[in-house]
Amino acid sequence: MAALTRPGRANGLAGLLYRPEVRRVVYQVLILGAVAFAAWWVVDNVAANLRRQGIVAGLDFLGETAGFDISQSLIAYSNLSTYGRAFWVGLLNTLLVAVLGIVAATVIGFVIGIARLSSNWLVARLAGAYVEIARNLPLLLQLFFWYAAVLQTLPSPRQSYVLPLGAYLNVRGLHLPAPVAQPGFWAVALALAAGLAVAVAVWFWARRRQALTGERFPAFWTGLAAIVVLPLLAFLAAGSPLRFDYPQLQGFNFQGGITLLPELIALLLGLSIYTASFIAEIVRAGILGVSKGQTEAAQALGLSRGRTLRLVVVPQAARIIIPPLTSQYLNLTKNSSLAVAIGYPDLVNVFAGTVLNQTNKHAVEVILITMGVFLTLSLLTSLFMNWFNRRMALVEG
Amino acid sequence: MAATGTATTSPLPPRARGALLWLRENLFSSWGNTLLTLLALWLIWQAVTTVLGWAVLDATWQGKDGSACHAGGACWPFASAWFGQFMYGRYPEPERWRVNLTYALALAGLVPLMVPRVPGKPWTLLYLLAAFPVLAVILLSGGVLGLAHVPTDLWGGLLVTLVIASTGIAAAFPLGIVLALGRRSAMPIVRWLSIGFIEVIRGVPLITVLFMASVMLPLFLPEQWTIDKLVRALIMVALFSAAYMAEVIRGGLQAIPRGQFEAADALGLSWAQKMGLIVLPQALKLTIPGMVGTFIGLFKDTSLVLIIGIFDLLGIAHAASAAPAWLSPSTPMTAYAVAGFIFWIFCFGMSRYSQMLERRLEAGGERVVAKAAYE
Repeated sequence: MAALTRPGRANGLAGLLYRPEVRRVVYQVLILGAVAFAAWWVVDNVAANLRRQGIVAGLDFLGETAGFDISQSLIAYSNLSTYGRAFWVGLLNTLLVAVLGIVAATVIGFVIGIARLSSNWLVARLAGAYVEIARNLPLLLQLFFWYAAVLQTLPSPRQSYVLPLGAYLNVRGLHLPAPVAQPGFWAVALALAAGLAVAVAVWFWARRRQALTGERFPAFWTGLAAIVVLPLLAFLAAGSPLRFDYPQLQGFNFQGGITLLPELIALLLGLSIYTASFIAEIVRAGILGVSKGQTEAAQALGLSRGRTLRLVVVPQAARIIIPPLTSQYLNLTKNSSLAVAIGYPDLVNVFAGTVLNQTNKHAVEVILITMGVFLTLSLLTSLFMNWFNRRMALVEG
Repeated sequence: MAATGTATTSPLPPRARGALLWLRENLFSSWGNTLLTLLALWLIWQAVTTVLGWAVLDATWQGKDGSACHAGGACWPFASAWFGQFMYGRYPEPERWRVNLTYALALAGLVPLMVPRVPGKPWTLLYLLAAFPVLAVILLSGGVLGLAHVPTDLWGGLLVTLVIASTGIAAAFPLGIVLALGRRSAMPIVRWLSIGFIEVIRGVPLITVLFMASVMLPLFLPEQWTIDKLVRALIMVALFSAAYMAEVIRGGLQAIPRGQFEAADALGLSWAQKMGLIVLPQALKLTIPGMVGTFIGLFKDTSLVLIIGIFDLLGIAHAASAAPAWLSPSTPMTAYAVAGFIFWIFCFGMSRYSQMLERRLEAGGERVVAKAAYE
């Protein structure tokens, strides 16, 4: 029986250590102590190192004049602006490339993902080859490829490739005509808002009516018509209040229009082609994840092919697709930081690059702010994911 | 039998068999399908002629410098002149046998580990995780046993890519297990510390972590401590991949039925015994495909170290494409093509291997945790 007695139960202090709840507390206190000590050690070292170099930590440097130019800026910026302003320029450039990249990657990814499931053998194989090539090459290599090996070998502005609709492509970038709103354009914007309102109202009304009477109403097409036709009418009524500003060769470069820098094009190409290969796999898995019985049941109920897709397959595939899709969007945003390698002025390049080099004393603050921005983005994404998963969770029984 | 009359009167379809039937069913079943097939054929034709034209027909095969490469195609003499650099960086030529020997030693452990049929996995793993690293450090770095010392700033090319990726994964593995267990721990402080670490690392781009290594790490340490640049990058890559590894392993832990935990408790096993003998062996087996996925991601991401001035395979290609002696319009494309081909072979090979493992595990009726959270 002696062997079965819980050891140490009898004697007080040592015996306490055998109780799981006591041990838990002891372990946690020890771990917390170790972590706190490590943190203190690091902070102490940083403080000592900064003191030795005569640096006072703080965010005051954000108000100092930056003194460098940025090649692309969505807000007013010059080399007389502050470091704080440069931060916003970088952040907006990051968001710009992320949004454009997400749209492009989603389109390419869905097309390739669906093509991989095509009944056409050749198309399916071709889509498979795309996926295997794009996802097995480092993104950075793809960026260098597009930037240094493709875009940098384009002709000079004088020998530009002439593209349709008044666009030009050369080593300085892609020059597009810029739409310029003329007085009276507000009527079109107003009509668009009205069209959207009508579409939403029709959709709600149609849903109510179907729930009450079972009769269907083509709400989608009605709504689409309202969104397209109303602004179009307003546009014509106001006397076509839109003009295009065409890029024109003046001297050695193009003036006017919108210029997409080669850095931006390379980054967009690289990010969207790379991420699309992962999105394609997610889409494929999502569609394959809807069991065949669902499609067959829908057909047995007499639903048309389009209706089967829209009402049965897509909603179920979306449940599978959206969570990994969101994390791909986040990955694309994080990967846009590779801009620093090809010189696109994103947050990491402008802030953790140029600003850090110029204000070397404030390296810690700069890195922490940069990380903070990405952490915030990923936190927002995971909040959305949690909300989405709660909303979409299967309610059974 | 009622339908015999109509069935016999309808004409028989033309007898298509074999290849012809396959073609009609898979490529030309309808107008739309035929159009798609033609489009695909056109795309393939374009791709093949472009690649073939660039790599063979328009390529330059002989020359001593960049001035020879003006045909518009690949500049192969450049690739062969720089091939040693692509593989070893500036590792001194007479010492390169040491790198090759290290590769051979690694293969001696990896091949038996990766072929499912070969027995004695624990011993091979022990060799790879305990004996091999020591041998590799002695061989590569030298300075002992009469081997000349080769400082890490001479290392480069594929060697550095492999060193960073394999050290990263080897260090991330135990760390990832600890973090995954920590995240599922009943102790709130341990759980929150693990969650905090994992989510912070997963929330930021690797590049900021590497910047941290090159800019902030020196500030974190006492003045007199200096750490080799490569080692700094190694530490950061290991910490970074540990967070992703932890999530893969957590997936494996979640796939283990509750009954296994309860049975271990019922047998009176301690927590360490329960995890080490019952839960982890099952969980880790399920996560092998996911870990290979993480490794592929890590392998590709090692290329980012070039941004902090370490010349891995891509770093060498990038530097080579601007080498003065070989300056020509086709040099960058050739350099990236060579580096890309090597990267692709490794990544594609590993992804095929992981798919094979996945099928094997699924055939054994296991729930596989294949999706690496990494990519």
